[in-house]
Amino acid sequence: MTPLARKRLGKILLNTAGVLVFLYAVFPVYWMVSTGFKENDQIFTTEFVPFPTHFTFDHFARVLTEGVANNSIWLYMRNSAIVALGTVLIGSAFALLSATAIARFRFKGRGMFLVVLLVVQMLPAEGLLIPLYMMVKRVGLGDNFIGLIVTQVALTLPFGVWMLRTFVAAVPKSLEEAAWIDGAGRMQTFWRVLFPLVAPGLVATSIFSFITAWNDLVFALYLMSQSEGYTMPVALQYFIGQKGVDWGAIMAGSTLMTIPVVVFFLLVQRRMVSGLVAGAVKG
Amino acid sequence: MANPTTVARGGGSSPSPGHRRRKESGRARASGLPAWSIPYVLLVPGLLVIAGLLLYPMFQLAVMAFQKVGLAQIRGTRPAEWVGLENFEKILSNDIFWSALRNTVAFAFVAVSLTLIVGTAVGVLLHRLGRKMSLFVVIGCMFAWAVPPVAQGVIWRSLFDAEAGIVNWALDLLPNWLAAPPDGARSWVGTPWLTDTLPLYIALVFCVVWAGFPFIAVSVLAGLKGIPAELYEAARVDGSGPWRTFTKITLPMLKPVFAVLTVLSIIWDFKVFSQLYTLMNGHTNREGYNLSMYAVAEAFKPPQKLGMGAAISVVLTIILLVITVVYVRQIVKQEEM
Repeated sequence: MTPLARKRLGKILLNTAGVLVFLYAVFPVYWMVSTGFKENDQIFTTEFVPFPTHFTFDHFARVLTEGVANNSIWLYMRNSAIVALGTVLIGSAFALLSATAIARFRFKGRGMFLVVLLVVQMLPAEGLLIPLYMMVKRVGLGDNFIGLIVTQVALTLPFGVWMLRTFVAAVPKSLEEAAWIDGAGRMQTFWRVLFPLVAPGLVATSIFSFITAWNDLVFALYLMSQSEGYTMPVALQYFIGQKGVDWGAIMAGSTLMTIPVVVFFLLVQRRMVSGLVAGAVKG
Repeated sequence: MANPTTVARGGGSSPSPGHRRRKESGRARASGLPAWSIPYVLLVPGLLVIAGLLLYPMFQLAVMAFQKVGLAQIRGTRPAEWVGLENFEKILSNDIFWSALRNTVAFAFVAVSLTLIVGTAVGVLLHRLGRKMSLFVVIGCMFAWAVPPVAQGVIWRSLFDAEAGIVNWALDLLPNWLAAPPDGARSWVGTPWLTDTLPLYIALVFCVVWAGFPFIAVSVLAGLKGIPAELYEAARVDGSGPWRTFTKITLPMLKPVFAVLTVLSIIWDFKVFSQLYTLMNGHTNREGYNLSMYAVAEAFKPPQKLGMGAAISVVLTIILLVITVVYVRQIVKQEEM
């Protein structure tokens, strides 16, 4: 084989491998979405039906009207959105303040705080659930979205601060000093100079918190005992619990739950990596 | 990389010239707060959350592990009763604990290994692909990565479904010497995957590896891009083959990335909950519990035994903290904090 032919063959092999990886990654997602549009006789079959030949919106219509556990999927979507947005609003504000402190100041206890931040990120949420459940019940916030939001703020804050501090540190200090020389006060400098420049980082951090709270199963499962308070991950469990799984409906529900996450995720994935791997990846 | 002098601001420790210090004190007058207190004031909300909602509950968890906490204590009608080591004794003498520990460790080992292998292979592939193709594959991977854990469970539950699942359909396509249907049956269709522990965990491994490899791949890709091209140039000049280059240059250069990725994967796979819960459909199969599922089931399945659940969580947390120490040391070593 000539070197040129070998090179071409190598390229073909690499691209084939790339396509296979793409299919491996996408196929299960495709299966979820397409099953949501298939008619029942194409779902409940031992044959492989790669593509819905008769598109139907029945399953989507059914989960939105009849729903599951006596409520429409809309209610569960709304509940999930309340919890996730509440977590984002409170969590981002707190994270920004803490991140500014770490990135802009050197103070006693700073190193200690950073280590605590790393360690608490790793605490198992399922373990924290037990004492937090007691605390939430004691203060009368069981079956209340506020109780759920508070737990989600706690779970997302450490990583949020960790991620946001790099964005704050990246804003050149000279900009703030210039504003200062021009006579801006401390608050004005923060709002007019630092905040706009950190905003992209704040969006990324917010999306991370949103996804975490939106995806949470275990806290919602035990803190919310009434079906009116279920979030999407909890509601989806009830599709499986029914006699004979209604695959069309559960896939339609899962698709609806997945769409916002995928959209947000594509916006911020780069920053998630840099936050998680921290200093390990350089360049 | 962060330059410490651009990160640092204010404070007596800063080696800044006098005019900066003057400015700091001027600033303090403007806001009415002494300059040294500003970072602490900014930290107050974050500290309150971390102390009140993470560290204090962790302490509470350790206390509850030595108590009997049931419905009466949740309602607050009776104070918690100290039982000493009873919870731990009960757990350690329970077969479910040992099967849960075995499931947790064996699953984490298999899932972490496979995720790292698949992820690294894809990362290396992405590095060698052309620009457009690489982007195309990365976007595909993002889909797998972004699917919420519960939806992942739902998807793989349907793929492994006994009747309508395409896993059984695919196994039927394979020749019998490679994959014969179990128990002398003529077809794989009808073989349940999610009732017995071993097949259940095989499905869980498929699910978790599929959802977990993109993160590894993208991180490895980022690491590969950071390796100076001159190293490869030098290796080629010295006549090093592709495999030798990979083991002698690529892997050692990626070592710090791998250290972090391994620890993160171990921690995540040790406490996998949502996918397992969805695949099992609740805490139905006691033999199939892992530690986090066992803790939650003991704590919340009626009759509620939060003390028992706490004791199991303490065991899990201690294991995770040991692994975390490795992670934190790795980060602290590399990160200019």
